[in-house]
Amino acid sequence: MVPLGYYIGLSAILFTIGVVGVLTLRNAIVIFMSVELMLNSVNLALIAFSAYSGNPAGEILVFFSIAVAAAESAVGLAIIIALFRNKLTVNIDEVNVLKW
Amino acid sequence: MNLELIVFLILAAAAIVSAVLMITRKNPVTSALYLVFNFFIIAVLYLFLRAQFIAVIQITVYAGAIMVLFLFVIMLLNLGEDKLLKWKLNSKRTIASLLGLLLLAEIAYYVMNFTSTSGMSPQSESMGTVESIGRVLYASYLFPFEITSILLLAALVGAIFLAKRKLEQ
Repeated sequence: MVPLGYYIGLSAILFTIGVVGVLTLRNAIVIFMSVELMLNSVNLALIAFSAYSGNPAGEILVFFSIAVAAAESAVGLAIIIALFRNKLTVNIDEVNVLKW
Repeated sequence: MNLELIVFLILAAAAIVSAVLMITRKNPVTSALYLVFNFFIIAVLYLFLRAQFIAVIQITVYAGAIMVLFLFVIMLLNLGEDKLLKWKLNSKRTIASLLGLLLLAEIAYYVMNFTSTSGMSPQSESMGTVESIGRVLYASYLFPFEITSILLLAALVGAIFLAKRKLEQ
């Protein structure tokens, strides 16, 4: 059987890859995909804790997390479409209206 | 080393490699396909953890609906390989990568100190089925479940409103 630490370690590595993606990439859509990767890695950790402790609350939380992620991606991609309509780019370096 | 551990390690390696490939590809369509692959591997890991319902939800909602939405937007905006978005190493990116490694070191420090003595809980065998998830969801978490419908409605209206707005000429 697989120790719980392995699942948590995999979750940590995937989360870190997502963080590095968000910090280094310039394409808004791929940044958004990195956020989805981070959400997924946390879901994996929740399911692992849930299975090893025998408490179903973790699986319910992941269920809600997936519902929120679906809503979030729909709104986020609509924002990216609106951004592309106004600026004709998805490069976040060129979108600096709110930058101080 | 038993068979389950070997399969887990292969899947974990594939998940990490596909995630790294996702953030290093220049073409967003390729990135999206690697992310779909990653989501499928995570769904298989959910099956390892006896969470059948969540594994099916992962494939239908994440790998299905959300990633189709992503690919649809990428193709709608006609984003090809853009020279402006080319990944090249500069000071900002080096610092960002170092911060990422620092974060990994911090999490690794806590995961290393974490020693799990017990194996998978015996209740988990029947916990991930649709029946038991449904029982808990409709008995203890009914109010959050209903609130989720309002959230999805708000997201629906918001997405349509944002995407419909025309460019001011």
